[in-house]
Amino acid sequence: MRKLQKTLSAAAIFAVAGGAPAMADVYDIKVERVTIDSGDFKRTGVGFNGGSPGPVLRFTEGEQVTLNVTNALTESTSIHWHGLILPYQQDGVPTISFDGIEPGETFTYSFPIIQSGTYWYHSHSNLQEPEGAFGAIVITPKGGERVQSDREHVLVLNDAHPHTSHRILRNLKMMPDYYNRKQRTAGDFIEDVKKLGLEATLSDRADWGQMRMMPTDIEDLQGFTPLINGKGPEQNWTGLFKPGEKVRLRFVNASAMTYFDVRIPGLKFTVVQADGNDVEPVEVDEFRIGVAETYDVIVQPDEDKAYTIFAESMGRSAFARGTLATEDGMAGFVPELRAAPLLTMADMGMSHGGMDHAAMGHDAPAAVPVDHEAMGHGAMNHGKMADAKPDSFYAPGSGLEPVAANGGKVLSYNDLRAANPLYEDREATREIELRLTGNMERYMWSINGVKYGDAEPVRLKYGERVRFKFVNETMMTHPMHLHGMWTILDVGAGQWNPIKHTVSVPPGSTVYTETEVDAPGQWAFHCHLAYHAASGMFRKIVVEGGPDTADKPGRG
Amino acid sequence: MARKIRMASAAFLVALALQLAPASAQEKDFIFYGLTFEQFEYRAGADASNDALAWDGDAFIGNDEWKLRFTSEAEFDLKAEVFEVLEHQLVVQRLATDFFDVKAGIRYDASIGPNRWFAVIGAHGLAQQWFELDADLFLNERGNFSARLDADYELLLTNRLILTPSAEIDLSFGSDPAIGVDDGLVSAEIGARLSYDLIDRAVSPYLGVHYERKFGGTADSARDEGEAVDALYVVAGLKMIF
Repeated sequence: MRKLQKTLSAAAIFAVAGGAPAMADVYDIKVERVTIDSGDFKRTGVGFNGGSPGPVLRFTEGEQVTLNVTNALTESTSIHWHGLILPYQQDGVPTISFDGIEPGETFTYSFPIIQSGTYWYHSHSNLQEPEGAFGAIVITPKGGERVQSDREHVLVLNDAHPHTSHRILRNLKMMPDYYNRKQRTAGDFIEDVKKLGLEATLSDRADWGQMRMMPTDIEDLQGFTPLINGKGPEQNWTGLFKPGEKVRLRFVNASAMTYFDVRIPGLKFTVVQADGNDVEPVEVDEFRIGVAETYDVIVQPDEDKAYTIFAESMGRSAFARGTLATEDGMAGFVPELRAAPLLTMADMGMSHGGMDHAAMGHDAPAAVPVDHEAMGHGAMNHGKMADAKPDSFYAPGSGLEPVAANGGKVLSYNDLRAANPLYEDREATREIELRLTGNMERYMWSINGVKYGDAEPVRLKYGERVRFKFVNETMMTHPMHLHGMWTILDVGAGQWNPIKHTVSVPPGSTVYTETEVDAPGQWAFHCHLAYHAASGMFRKIVVEGGPDTADKPGRG
Repeated sequence: MARKIRMASAAFLVALALQLAPASAQEKDFIFYGLTFEQFEYRAGADASNDALAWDGDAFIGNDEWKLRFTSEAEFDLKAEVFEVLEHQLVVQRLATDFFDVKAGIRYDASIGPNRWFAVIGAHGLAQQWFELDADLFLNERGNFSARLDADYELLLTNRLILTPSAEIDLSFGSDPAIGVDDGLVSAEIGARLSYDLIDRAVSPYLGVHYERKFGGTADSARDEGEAVDALYVVAGLKMIF
């Protein structure tokens, strides 16, 4: 029996791979109030075993794990094992998988580990996850890693906020632009008049004003400090390497609301894994990591110097910073944040016909012809390469499409190919359309125009292969997460389509995924932006039929 | 008056109680609340004899669809030590369209002169081009109808320095001599307040100007009472959102 002590967490985070992983069988995890110190502010939050992030849980494929989770809070809690394939009663979603863990109680999770890769775990109760209740899971494959490295580091990113999660949701409900300090001002108006002329600027402002939407509405939540393994930019989390080593970096985005554009100036990333599943290695300069996604990359720093890990928030309101160094205390050059992108009418779904504005939740005008230059795209200052092919996962003309800071390559979903397809490719048995809907002005979020509280569960049949069509009719990017079953992302590669647990759907875009319905029981399915999920962009999935699903609650 | 205070404190206690209700990651019905003072200010008149304190605040509790809202508006004349305006409303507000709520409830005026009860129906929301509108129709205990239209706009000079022009007009469809209100256009107010968000959006000090004027028979009766028909103020105050 191995107990995870408070002191173990730091050791686990910095653990160097290569040593034989302990065949861990029993873990004790305490959910408790912890201190969050971002460098910018200090506050009390929620964490595991004394810290946030909690300890890295290192499992080995094939083992049976037992996790005793004790609730030391004064409210109900839970832990969800994000991306893990397990019996639904072990999935940790109160009201769907189990009843939750009451204060003072211990719930024992027990399930076999039948996969490998980088995952994470977090509370699924009462907006505790944005308060710090998350940690990484690393599962060693039975036969060893497909891509070898000399050492590895786990990097858990999050967006620590000085306000409590309940206060944030209340503020957003009261005033949806409460935290948006990147709105266009009178000064921007004058700049745009100089650049585009008065008529174009007025017409642009009138178009947005008519929709009552803002092109700057990329991050609902600003004012956070991005952390890497609990450390703010000034606290400079540092991972060590020896020049010439192949270093595996396991990135987990445990943010409540924030996407990051990640790069290490001077190094290329070889992306080897996405959401825990190996992909054919692809070399990029930069990648965007959506909320709840994980990416494993290999870097090979040759020089004896400090390399800055730089992760800008997608809306450019803040950055996470850490360092890869040959010894502690080194610091590399820290770049400036790039200019914030602006949404375009393409992101509003205006550039393709057939959008159902009534269902979109606002009485927007009928599609108008779009002049992207006049729409602020030209003012975006993002130095896009003339020969770069647009990423088909963004609406054509989108203002959100990522661009590499060095003019090089950014990872696209289109680059991902499953290294080990888990399923035979076959025709989907049916298609289910899920429109991602909302009303920004009221901060109401829904699927097919219906909030979770008012919705019937989505019913799937055991054994079928469902094709999901996600149509994003909102202006926000939604990372959609299906519990319990894999999400095969359709990038047009058939059998080699990548296998994920969380798929980001940018505004104005349509994304297709397929799922082999191979897990009986009931599961959660939701947008992983914490305040969107809490506001109703959430569904219960019921899988009908299949092997006996008799309730086997944890021994607690 | 005591009755209204009881009503307000009851709403506040309900808010406190519901705040303790836990929300799960997949909230079925999130109850939220808010307390706002759009205006809380000192009004300095042309001569010190008509300086005033004024507020315009509201507190609400509810969910996405339904809200219970208490609003209070006052202007206290510091020289005469009377409330030129003291008006409270308690309304139930219901989501009607994507950008507008409808509301119905009661209003109670305890300004100088006889007090009045009103029934209120109205609409509140965000019009195209970001104008915040509030339109109310009132029926008082004497059977008189009146109406009010209020509009605000926020012009962002920077993301923290905000100029808020506002306008309000009051109309009456009958006369109520006891409180000096005559048929037709009763009064209008316009103002502009330049605020700076000091602490989040919670505390925003501002400076501004405020002008109000009575019209028609309402103005005549003010003249008869020896009161001014219009007043221009320089204002300093705090906008607060909790």
